[in-house]
Amino acid sequence: MTDEMFQLIKGATEAFGPSGSEEPIREFIKARVKDYVDEVKTDPLGNLICVRKGPAGGKKVLLDAHMDEIGLIVTHIDDKGFLRFSNVGGVNPYITLGERVYFANGTTGVVGIEKIDDPKEVKLEKLFIDIGAKDKAEAESKVRVGDMAAFQRHAERMGSRIASKAMDDRIGCVVVMETLRRVKSPRHTIYAVFAVQEEVGLRGARVAAFGIEPDVGIAVDVTRTGDTPKAITMDVSLGKGAAIKVKDSSLICHPGLRKYLEKLAAERNIPYQLEVLEAGGTDSGAIQMTKAGVPAVVVSVPCRYIHSPSEVVDENDVEACINLLVAAVESPLDF
Amino acid sequence: MDLRELASLPGVSGHEGKVRETLISWLREMGYEPRTDVLGNVIVRTGGRGPKVMVDAHMDEVGLVVTAIEKNGFVRFQKVGGIDDRVLLSKRVFIGEERVPGVIGVKAIHMQEPKEWEQVIPWHTLTIDIGAKSKEEAEKKVKVGDYIVFDTEYEEIGDDLVKSKALDDRVGCAVLLELLKEKWEKLELYCVFAVQEEVGTRGARVAAYEIAPDIGIAVEGTICSDLPGCEEHQWVTKLGGGAALSVMDRGSIPSRRMLEEFLRLARENGIPVQFRESGAGGNDAAAIQLARSGCPVASVSVPCRYIHSPVSLASKKDFQSVVKLLILFLKSVEGGFRP
Repeated sequence: MTDEMFQLIKGATEAFGPSGSEEPIREFIKARVKDYVDEVKTDPLGNLICVRKGPAGGKKVLLDAHMDEIGLIVTHIDDKGFLRFSNVGGVNPYITLGERVYFANGTTGVVGIEKIDDPKEVKLEKLFIDIGAKDKAEAESKVRVGDMAAFQRHAERMGSRIASKAMDDRIGCVVVMETLRRVKSPRHTIYAVFAVQEEVGLRGARVAAFGIEPDVGIAVDVTRTGDTPKAITMDVSLGKGAAIKVKDSSLICHPGLRKYLEKLAAERNIPYQLEVLEAGGTDSGAIQMTKAGVPAVVVSVPCRYIHSPSEVVDENDVEACINLLVAAVESPLDF
Repeated sequence: MDLRELASLPGVSGHEGKVRETLISWLREMGYEPRTDVLGNVIVRTGGRGPKVMVDAHMDEVGLVVTAIEKNGFVRFQKVGGIDDRVLLSKRVFIGEERVPGVIGVKAIHMQEPKEWEQVIPWHTLTIDIGAKSKEEAEKKVKVGDYIVFDTEYEEIGDDLVKSKALDDRVGCAVLLELLKEKWEKLELYCVFAVQEEVGTRGARVAAYEIAPDIGIAVEGTICSDLPGCEEHQWVTKLGGGAALSVMDRGSIPSRRMLEEFLRLARENGIPVQFRESGAGGNDAAAIQLARSGCPVASVSVPCRYIHSPVSLASKKDFQSVVKLLILFLKSVEGGFRP
């Protein structure tokens, strides 16, 4: 992977953007895709929608990746300046304890816990954020109830692997951004949707798809793997290529479109693997239900330790996903 | 306040008829022409040209529904909406249009095993006693599908509180009536009195689809847990603490710009407000934000202690704060504010 590409991943994952507070990551993406698209707009919920026009007679292809990341939201500031919080998306209290977090304005905090007698008592309501304030007034000068925080972690290369916070789903954003940059002669009009609020219920993709009314929907998101010690049984591994989803709990991918992508990958020698995710959903689950229905699939980037501050992907899988999407939008999509 | 009559009407989700009829007659007296949609939402359109603002409060309340009548005349029921099983015991209820009185019975303490005292008695083991001696006698008064409401008298208590069933969300309905006493010109205001919020924000969903609003506001009765035994960070809201502004719940995240505007208006006009300090719960804003291509939303609530139980408490001052804040917000939209 080029250093340029790593820097893009680093910038995208380190940008701030828990669900509903996506402005910093939206600005990051907007600045980097505007030269490769014909139209950029932000919709009422905050989705960034970028249109790359294709030739007449082409289809409307929605490429979706969600911008939001999981995070914490401040619900109370106590007299001593400690912050209580609730989760934004799926936040594991064991993983959160001891983490360092940051707010959009740069304020740093550490996550502590009340006295407990049993590790089973590690619950979000027992945790608090310490931002170094000596009292409520000092805390309130930096943070307000309703402010969100994200994990504070840098992206690091580990051989061909990359660890960072928010790979879910900034790596998907990078795949879509790179597809827009690398595609030379698209046969279709591409609607690249960088969606908000996926982690709290596929909300952004749902309203974006309503407005676009696509002929084809492809979401790019991370998926779990079964390749770590005593992992769940799942036939997806890091480094074995783009994962073409068969199903998860939000959708059964359109079989014709899914097989079309498999055939395309095989023809172009793009490494791929099939994915069956037992639990979890993706934006395509919302996209397929739009109006009278949309054929939708998901191209997944295999990712270890999802919803932790150190989500790990393999750079070769990322390249495979980009190659597959470029090939798809340059192909007839006559599945 | 109209709240006394409003809150006393029966309106279990799907059976909002009495509330709807009353609201329609009041709205007509106020000079409006309310419309009822297919699911039973009451929609009032007023104002002039400008952004479409949908202000929503739900008519329905949590309650029970008759599912079977036993051979001995006892009535089986299911819960409609989220009700704590522990609040059901020994409550007086009214069943159906004829308001047949009944009591949710429980085995006498003398007959319970000591371990039973420690347990929550599950709702599906309870029955309602309407004084019938047989199934035949019971069926003359009650039928399967009849709704059941709690028998709670509306009263004013203390200096500032009202005590009633169904404050969630008849307080919101009463707020909307106050908004409709004002004259609106530079916005297109849709006041929606929605059905079936408690069973999944169903009414608001279809109303918002039809209206396609530019701005959505849910007016709610919300959690207020400022009780002995609850730590301050778990209060969510404080009774008498002012209009409660949501920062996030399980259904929606409010528009940051709308939230800032509410805070500015409150600060500059001396209106008491508080944050709704929790991520739990959900309301009609969840459905409104997802209408068509999406809509920025916010939720403004009147705190209700003992919400989702047969009897809750709300503060008249909080109610007034919500009314004043919403009037100012709508005037701000008339003056050009956009989310």
